[in-house]
Amino acid sequence: MTEDRGAQRLVELLADHEDDFVTQWVATVGESLSGRLSNAELERELRDLYAALRSGLASGALASREDGFAEIRSLLVELSRNRARQGFTPTETAISVFALKQVLEPSLTGSAKDIRAYLQLSRLLDELGLLTAEAYARTREEIISSQADQLLELSTPVVKLWDGVVAVPLVGTLDSARTQVVMERLLQALIDYNSTQAIIDITGVPAVDTQVAQHLLKTVVAARMMGADCVISGIRPQIAQTIVALGIEFGDIPTKGTLADALRHALDTIERDKRLAENRGSLL
Amino acid sequence: MTDRVPVLQIGDVLLVSIQVDLEDRTVLDLQDDLSKRIVDTGARGVVIDISALEIVDSFVGRMLATVAAISRVLGAETVVVGMRPAVAITLVELGLTLGGVRTALNLEAGLAALRRAVHTERPDRA
Amino acid sequence: MPGDTARRTESIELDGSAGVVKARQLVRSLAQEAGLSLVDQTKLVTAASELARNTVVYGGGGRMEAEAAWSNGRSGVRLLFADEGPGIPDVELALTDGWTTGGGMGLGLSGARRLADEFDLDTGEGRGTRVTIVKWAR
Repeated sequence: MTEDRGAQRLVELLADHEDDFVTQWVATVGESLSGRLSNAELERELRDLYAALRSGLASGALASREDGFAEIRSLLVELSRNRARQGFTPTETAISVFALKQVLEPSLTGSAKDIRAYLQLSRLLDELGLLTAEAYARTREEIISSQADQLLELSTPVVKLWDGVVAVPLVGTLDSARTQVVMERLLQALIDYNSTQAIIDITGVPAVDTQVAQHLLKTVVAARMMGADCVISGIRPQIAQTIVALGIEFGDIPTKGTLADALRHALDTIERDKRLAENRGSLL
Repeated sequence: MTDRVPVLQIGDVLLVSIQVDLEDRTVLDLQDDLSKRIVDTGARGVVIDISALEIVDSFVGRMLATVAAISRVLGAETVVVGMRPAVAITLVELGLTLGGVRTALNLEAGLAALRRAVHTERPDRA
Repeated sequence: MPGDTARRTESIELDGSAGVVKARQLVRSLAQEAGLSLVDQTKLVTAASELARNTVVYGGGGRMEAEAAWSNGRSGVRLLFADEGPGIPDVELALTDGWTTGGGMGLGLSGARRLADEFDLDTGEGRGTRVTIVKWAR
């Protein structure tokens, strides 16, 4: 007996009972999803899967990675992605595949041929079920990382405060990934708004350790190399104490108590620079 | 076949705009050319525009610092303008901070920085 | 998918400062293909520039090998700088920031290590130097 005959038997079985099988399949899966997906939609999905499974088996393929099953693989990936986005669990997703075993079981005779066919189908459905689990997990990861990105965007707004002055109010814990985003945003804003003054306000930062201070210093140095000055504002008394206790040197970077003080400082600097750079006839 | 970076003169300012990825030798040539031109022209300011540069490594960074120091000795002020954000972040990570180099966001701000430097540091000279 | 694309390693002769420029250009295009952010591209190209120059100046010339890399679904770029020069007797010292003392190789190696995500140095007195760095897309 070659495997081809087993596939042949499966093709026959699936063809003979198509309507029965699909109806039962939809019922079994529908029950497990407890009505959170419309029956019409579920039936459409499963009918497509059924057709793709039949045509794959008809092509003589038996392993899920074979070309004959390309269509069902892509249908399942799509289905798993949708389930993941709609908030279904991995079990609720995989059951769409596994339920077909249950549906098929009663229509099998005890013949050796049928048993072999059933085992082959069972192996194939196991593989396809795992595929849904993988696609599901991948989609969740994408969702999580895009949410993390969105959170990062939300938590680091760089705003133009005045002509020539940009500010970034930092809220929450600063880790290196976030500081990197802040740094890039702030430096780009210097160019976009043609600003020579940048204010980093840390009123909303709960704690400053050596590493955070290091990140802030790097940002300030980078801004300086581009031709802009930074002021750090919003240093609360406790934070001032930790800074001193840790022996962190802010060097010659101006620090101010409040954002308002920092803005005044920035505007004064711009005013002074303008006066000193007054054109006295020639280029210099 | 040494391509040299052109040094332009506008009034008492020398302007260098680095447009391409430079070989090390060309970088050294530029350093020599600039020193010579400062002496020849009696320029009081040098603007080096690096806005087209996608990277500044330690070799170019050191050239910028050296030109700034040499020009100061020769009585001129140097300002480096247009450093890109990615370049600035990379230089900090690399460990170069261009300590003694005056910088500005763009050419206009660079000329203003030169005027400030010239007026404040040597207000009496012509 | 790792299996889908044949890994091809590109090699560049580092025999003078023209080689350094070529190395930078190749690394830039690989970094773009690997999907590195602009800042990460800049870091990698800068690191490559430092290491390529070390190969030319201290190693008496050599080569750079560059290839795309994959790990855990991330793409990146792997670079190898190899020379048959005198090697580095004191690795600790070579990895210390010492550029301000002038001339030495301080910033090149230590800076490149900071700019890369992975860094491996294989050297010893009289047996050349091989530096491998990897930068991953985030």
